[in-house]
Amino acid sequence: MFQAFLIKYGEIGVKGKNRYVFEDALVARMKRVLAPVDGTFKITKEQGRIYVEAEGPFDYEETVAALQRVFGIVGICPVVLAEDQGFEALSRDVMDYMHRMYERAEKTFKVHTRRANKNYPMTSPEVNEEIGGRILEEFPNLTVDVHDPEIMLHIELRSGHVNIYSEVLPGPGGMPLGTNGRSMLLLSGGIDSPVAGYMVARRGVCVDAVYFHAPPYTSERAKEKVVDLAKKIARYTGPIRLHVINFTDIQMYIYDRCPHDELTIIMRRYMMRIAQKIAEDTGCLALITGESIGQVASQTVPSLAATNDVCTLPVFRPLIAFDKEDIVTIAKKIDTYETSILPYEDCCTTFVAKHPVTKPQVDRIRRSELLLSEKIEEMVEEALSAREVLEIS
Amino acid sequence: MEAYLDNSATTRCMECVTEQMVRILREDYGNPSSLHKKGMDAEHYIKEAKAFFAENLKVSEKEICFTSGGTESNNLALIGTALANQRAGKHLITTAIEHPSVINAMKHLEDRGFSVTYLPVDRDGIVSLAALEEAVCGETILVSMMYVNNEIGSVQPVEEAARIIKKKNAKTLFHVDAIQAYGKYRILPKRMGIDLLSVSGHKLHGPKGTGLLYVNEKVKIRPILFGGDQQKGLRSGTENVPGIAGMAEAAKVCCSGLSEKVDRLYVLKEHFTEGIRKLEGVFMNGRTGRDSAPHIVSVSFEGIRSEVLLHALEEKGIYVSAGSACSSNKPAVSRTLQAIGVKKELLGSTLRFSFSFETTKEEIDYCLEALAELLPVLRRYVRR
Repeated sequence: MFQAFLIKYGEIGVKGKNRYVFEDALVARMKRVLAPVDGTFKITKEQGRIYVEAEGPFDYEETVAALQRVFGIVGICPVVLAEDQGFEALSRDVMDYMHRMYERAEKTFKVHTRRANKNYPMTSPEVNEEIGGRILEEFPNLTVDVHDPEIMLHIELRSGHVNIYSEVLPGPGGMPLGTNGRSMLLLSGGIDSPVAGYMVARRGVCVDAVYFHAPPYTSERAKEKVVDLAKKIARYTGPIRLHVINFTDIQMYIYDRCPHDELTIIMRRYMMRIAQKIAEDTGCLALITGESIGQVASQTVPSLAATNDVCTLPVFRPLIAFDKEDIVTIAKKIDTYETSILPYEDCCTTFVAKHPVTKPQVDRIRRSELLLSEKIEEMVEEALSAREVLEIS
Repeated sequence: MEAYLDNSATTRCMECVTEQMVRILREDYGNPSSLHKKGMDAEHYIKEAKAFFAENLKVSEKEICFTSGGTESNNLALIGTALANQRAGKHLITTAIEHPSVINAMKHLEDRGFSVTYLPVDRDGIVSLAALEEAVCGETILVSMMYVNNEIGSVQPVEEAARIIKKKNAKTLFHVDAIQAYGKYRILPKRMGIDLLSVSGHKLHGPKGTGLLYVNEKVKIRPILFGGDQQKGLRSGTENVPGIAGMAEAAKVCCSGLSEKVDRLYVLKEHFTEGIRKLEGVFMNGRTGRDSAPHIVSVSFEGIRSEVLLHALEEKGIYVSAGSACSSNKPAVSRTLQAIGVKKELLGSTLRFSFSFETTKEEIDYCLEALAELLPVLRRYVRR
């Protein structure tokens, strides 16, 4: 029965003169996600709202699901389009709509009419009153509440046709992709980093990713899992360029030279350094990690500080104050959870000391890293130039 | 160089098999149940395959039922006979080291009111016949025992087991999972007292998705799949004609000159185990002589995680299985290795090397060299 969607967007509405930039980015992204959906769609911007109109038959569920992955959309209203054939026809269409949507509902409602077609023979209040009265007669279980209705029935009188809608399906919120530059996500196979990437992308940031592969300690399947995760995130973020760094030699070198309880911290500092180099080379303005305070030894506040010590780019840690359960909830929502919990090693756990430092001192860590000075620069360069780059979409 | 030493997981399909299968898929593609000539042509392949297996196992053609593989054969044998014979009793017996397609089918039956005895094995993975004798009672309707264990290659005394079972309860059925044994051992179910026998095609250089179950004609059994009543209603579903023909072709090749082929395998195995013994901190699980299967060797490597060694070998083109997959977030410890008493610290350090008639001495030497090179390197980098 629905033939169109009215798209509600939140924060963009309050932007100033550059508002069109955000709206255009939103429309562009909507076009992209709707391209593979069954159906032909026309997307129009008018008077601060965006309409998606299906031309001919289309897959309703798939369309809604696709739009629900577009950052910047706050609500999606499925709209019934009716030809304007006078008030009686409109009334029949509205009753028909109400029967389908709220046949047995015991709810409060309000009719809200908007008369864009100023030639319509009745005024908005007249339509509200007349339609409201007829609904009350036909639906004994519905009552009127003009202040806080459970059902807000919108009737939009436009030239040639009428829009009827009441339902608002939630969108992901956030800002349209591409309105906030590009950042580099440190993607492991775990639960957190995909969620972190999703959350930053939700603020309009395009995402690329780097993965540290340590064969034979991590398997090809672990890498494939990361590729699968990147694909899942790309459903929201658009294409991701995934840089795969072979980290084994660097890891071994650190293992050979540095105190063992500092291994993880030093390793993470090198991961940051490498990610930062790739970011700088590829025009990314920040790093993104899935770190969360206190989750593991390498994520205590002193450890985070010690890791952060090597970063010159801003590091976004959107999960920093999240509990694990909250992260899991989002991971399930964006469908990365099931993939994340597949049992393949990631390189951080392979050599982790039985008792790693939890309160590392930056000075000591820096001193330990001096033990690597002979070869490490060269090894980092080598790892960077030998990296594999995968285009994920 | 490449060395595929994971033949107990699956084998490479023989060229003569794939050629025949492609021809059947393209030319003799009829449904064997169809009344026309195309159907008859297809049916011929099934008849021929049946005739071969009947001859090879010395059973009657009507006692062969084709399935989708080892798992289905085992499920049909266990669930089919348990349901058909539950009035005679609800007690089942199996061993502690069976394949999951037996263990989990047994669990399924336990949930449905059957009681199951799991026989212990000794440190070589051989089932205790005394325990078997003690376990069989008037209520016992079925004993299921694997011929060759898939993880350590131990060989069960199935003939003796059959005698013990029948002596204690002549009505008890005896199922043998011969998935790792068929094509390595000459198996004659009737002479050995076996009532049901499971065979899989892809362990014999045949196609995946093929298998058979021998069911003695006296056995009461119910189907577990329902449909068009093909194969006398025991296994509904259009027969996998190319698969059945392919499996028969592969079995023919494997079983011709069997004893010479097996001899050659034992020589390879001896060569391999000798090489393994020269390595430090390495233990072989179960027996390794001619009283073990000719194609399976289980080795534990002290101080090395099996996954790491597996992937390190993989980098050199050597493919093996982890005896027990152990990883940080999901430890899956092998029941078999636990049952034979492998030390806890070695459970996650065990690999299975498995050979086939296609395995060469060069591959074995290459693998031994790789191990000698890798072990010291990998042992240097461990969790401290």
